[in-house]
Amino acid sequence: MTHVLDPDALTGGGSLTGPLPDPFADVTRSNDAFRAFLHGLPGVDQVGAQARVTQLGTRSIKTTAKTWAIDLAISMVDLTTLEGSDTPGKVRSLAAKARRPDPDDPTCPPVAAVCVYGDLAGVAKEALAGTGINVAAVATAFPSGRASRAVKLADVRDAVAGGADEIDMVIDRGAFLTGRYLDVFEEIVAVKEACGSAHLKVILETGELVTLDAVRRASWLAMLAGGDFIKTSTGKISPAATLPVCLVMLEAVRDFRAATGRQVGVKPAGGIRTTKDAVKHLVLINETVGADWLDPHWFRFGASSLLGDLLLQRQKLRTGHYSGPDHVSID
Amino acid sequence: MSLFEYAPAPESRSIVDIRPSYGLFLDGEFTAGTGTPRKTVNPATEEVLAEVATGSDEDVDRAVRAARRAFVKTWGPMRPADRGKYLFRIARLLQERAREFAVLETLDNGKPIRESRDVDVPLAAAHFFYHAGWADKLEHAGLGPAPRPLGVAGQVIPWNFPLLMLAWKVAPALATGNTVVLKPAETTPLTALLFAEICQQADLPPGVVNIVTGAGDTGRAVISHPDVDKVAFTGSTEVGRSIARAVAGTDKRLSLELGGKAANIVFDDAPIDQAVEGIVRGIFFNQGHVCCAGSRLLVQESVHDDVVAALQRRIGTLRVGNPMDKNTDLGAINSPEQLARIRELTAFGETEGATCWQPAGDLPAKGYWFKPTVFTDVSPAHRIARDEVFGPVLSVLTFRTPDEAVAKANNTTYGLSAGIWSEKGSRILKIADQLRAGVVWANTFNEFDPTAPFGGYKQSGYGREGGRQGLAAYLEASK
Repeated sequence: MTHVLDPDALTGGGSLTGPLPDPFADVTRSNDAFRAFLHGLPGVDQVGAQARVTQLGTRSIKTTAKTWAIDLAISMVDLTTLEGSDTPGKVRSLAAKARRPDPDDPTCPPVAAVCVYGDLAGVAKEALAGTGINVAAVATAFPSGRASRAVKLADVRDAVAGGADEIDMVIDRGAFLTGRYLDVFEEIVAVKEACGSAHLKVILETGELVTLDAVRRASWLAMLAGGDFIKTSTGKISPAATLPVCLVMLEAVRDFRAATGRQVGVKPAGGIRTTKDAVKHLVLINETVGADWLDPHWFRFGASSLLGDLLLQRQKLRTGHYSGPDHVSID
Repeated sequence: MSLFEYAPAPESRSIVDIRPSYGLFLDGEFTAGTGTPRKTVNPATEEVLAEVATGSDEDVDRAVRAARRAFVKTWGPMRPADRGKYLFRIARLLQERAREFAVLETLDNGKPIRESRDVDVPLAAAHFFYHAGWADKLEHAGLGPAPRPLGVAGQVIPWNFPLLMLAWKVAPALATGNTVVLKPAETTPLTALLFAEICQQADLPPGVVNIVTGAGDTGRAVISHPDVDKVAFTGSTEVGRSIARAVAGTDKRLSLELGGKAANIVFDDAPIDQAVEGIVRGIFFNQGHVCCAGSRLLVQESVHDDVVAALQRRIGTLRVGNPMDKNTDLGAINSPEQLARIRELTAFGETEGATCWQPAGDLPAKGYWFKPTVFTDVSPAHRIARDEVFGPVLSVLTFRTPDEAVAKANNTTYGLSAGIWSEKGSRILKIADQLRAGVVWANTFNEFDPTAPFGGYKQSGYGREGGRQGLAAYLEASK
C-alpha cells in the first residue's frame, strides 16, 4: 500500500510530553569521550553544501511572499552596534530606530533586540523600557575571547546586572581547534549559569573554525552545553555568516531537536546586508528545518546595515518605486 | 499549509514565438513534409503547442542527399578553423537566446524552468563551445596524425533532454567535419526546430544540419538510409537493439546510448545530508526521465533508518507543479504513454511487497503527473529494482559490506552510471574501480560536463559522447 507522508514532518517535532531522558548525558564524561562523539558526527561535504545553498538561492520570492518575508526579517533583526566609539547617545538613537524602524509607517514591525557591548546594556535597557524589544549584550571578552574564565564570567554578570536579556558569548576557539572540547563545553556551562534567566547565544566564530565539519561539531558542543542560540560570528572576522555555514547549523539544530526534544535558535551575524541575502536565509530555514524556526524566538539576523535595505525594499513594495537612502534614517 | 508560502513566480512565455505549424529543416530551408503532421502538446496542460511535419522516406532521402552534398562540397573541404568558427557562433547564439530556448523546452517537455534554464541550455551551449575548440586540433585526439570524418551522420535523439541531446550529437559531428541528419523525438521537436533557426542565423552552409521530425518510421528511415555512414542513437534499450539489428551487416558505424538502472551507494561514513541531496538529485532531477538516474539506492544497513527518514522528510519539501514556475522542483511527465509505464511498474512494486512512500498533496488536474515516490523494503528480485522506470521512483535496497555493495550494484543488465557516497577517499577509488558503469560519480550525482566522456557498458550501449573519447565516434583513425 502507498503511505502518504505527514506534510508537517518538517514542522512541529511531534508532541513531546515531559522532559526526555538526555541521550547524550554521558558523552561529556571525559575529553576523549567527547571528542569521540563529536568526531563521530556525520561529515559535511563542502561542495555539496555549497551546491544546496546555491540551488535554494534561485528561489524566486515575489509579491505577497516577499512582503511577508521582509516583515518577518525586520522582526528578526538584532540591531547591532559594536564599535569602540559607541556612546550612550549612539545607543539611544539605535534604540529609537529599533522601536520604529520606519517612522513614516506605523505598520512596520519593531526589531527583535538591540545588541551592544556590556557596559552600554543599562543605557539600552532604559531606552527600550516597555517596548518588548530585548537588550542583547556581547560578553566573555568579545570578540577574541582571550581572557581568563574569571574575567569572562565577571563580564557576563556585569552585563546581566546592567539589564541584558540576552548574552552573546564567544567560544574559546583556541581550545576548540586544539581538541580541548571539554574545556570549551565547561566554559559555556559556566557562562550559562552566570546568565541566570538571560538567554545565551553562543558565537562559534565560524570564520576561524574554517571547515564545515568543525562548524557541525561546535554547534553540537554549544547545544549540549545548554546554549539557547548558536550564532555564526562576531562580525569582526571575515568571512562572517555564509549560507553553507548557516545550512550546517540549521541541520544541527534540526537533528538536535529530533534527538533531545529541545529546540535551539540560530543567528547568522555579519555580512548579511541586503534583503536578498535575508530572504535567502528565510528560504534556507523554510526548506531545511521548516516553519518552526520562522520566528524571532528561534532565528535572528545579527546586522546593522541590513535593516536599512529591508526598509527600502518594504517602501518599494508599498509605493511601487524606490525612494532612496535619505528616506531611511541613519542610526 | 506551510507558514512561508511562495507566491507564484511564473516565467513569462512571451519571449518565445511558437508558430502554429512547423516544416522540416532541409538543406538550410524550412520545407513542408510529405507525411501526416503531428501535434505536439504541453504535457503540463495538455495544450496543443503546434503542428509539426512528419518526414517520409522521401523527405529523409532529400535530407541525406543535402547532407551528402554539403559534406562533399562545403563542410568536408572547409578549413577546420573555419568549422570551429561556425560552432563558436552557434554556441554564442545559444547563450544569447538562452531564455527563449529554456521557455520553449519547458513548454514542450514539461521539465521545470529552473532546470531548463540552469542545466539544459547552458550545458548545450557548453558542448558547442567545447567542440568548437576541438575542430582544428583533431590531430591531438589520439586517433593518428590526420583522422578523417565519416561523412553523413544519422542521429536519433530522445525526449528527455531534447536540446541537450541534440548538442551532444550535433556538436561533435560537426566539429569532426561530418554533416548531420537529425530526428528529434516526436513529443519534443520544438527546440530542435528553434535550433534550426540558429543554424540559419549563424549562416551555417545549407545541408550541414538537417532536421527531420516524425516518429518511429521517420527514425527508421534515417538510420537505414543506405547513404548514411554513421548512426548515433540515444533512447530505450529496446529501440537500440532493433537499430543494432538494422545496422548489422552494413558498413555504418554505430554508437548507442541506452537505458540504465544506476546504483547510488551510500556508505555509513557518507556525509548524510549531502548524500540525501544527491539521492534527490539522482532520481528526481528531470522527473527521473534520465537514463543515468540513480534509481537504485543502496544504503549500508547501519545508516538505513537515518537515510530513509531524512529522505522521507526531504521529498515532502519537493515542489511539484507548474513547470513554468521558477520555484518548481518536479514538473510534468512527458507523455501519457510514459505515465502509463510508470504507473504499471510502481503497481508491480506494491504487489511484489515493497513499501511505497509519497508526499501528501494534490497534483494538478490537467496534464500528466506523478508524485515523487520512494519504495523501501525492495529486494533485488523485484521488478522495480531491475527494470528502468524512467520516472520519479526510487527503490531503496541495503547492503552490509563493500563487497556486497559492489555485487548488488553490478547485478543489473545495464551499466551506464553509478554513485558512491563516502568521506573516505581510498574507499571511493577502490569501489569505483570495481563498478561496471560508464560514469561513476563520487559524492555527487547527475553532474555533466562536456569534457567528461559519457556512455555505457552492457545493455546501456556502446561508444562515448563528450571528452576526447567522444570524438572517436565521428572519426576514422589514421595510421
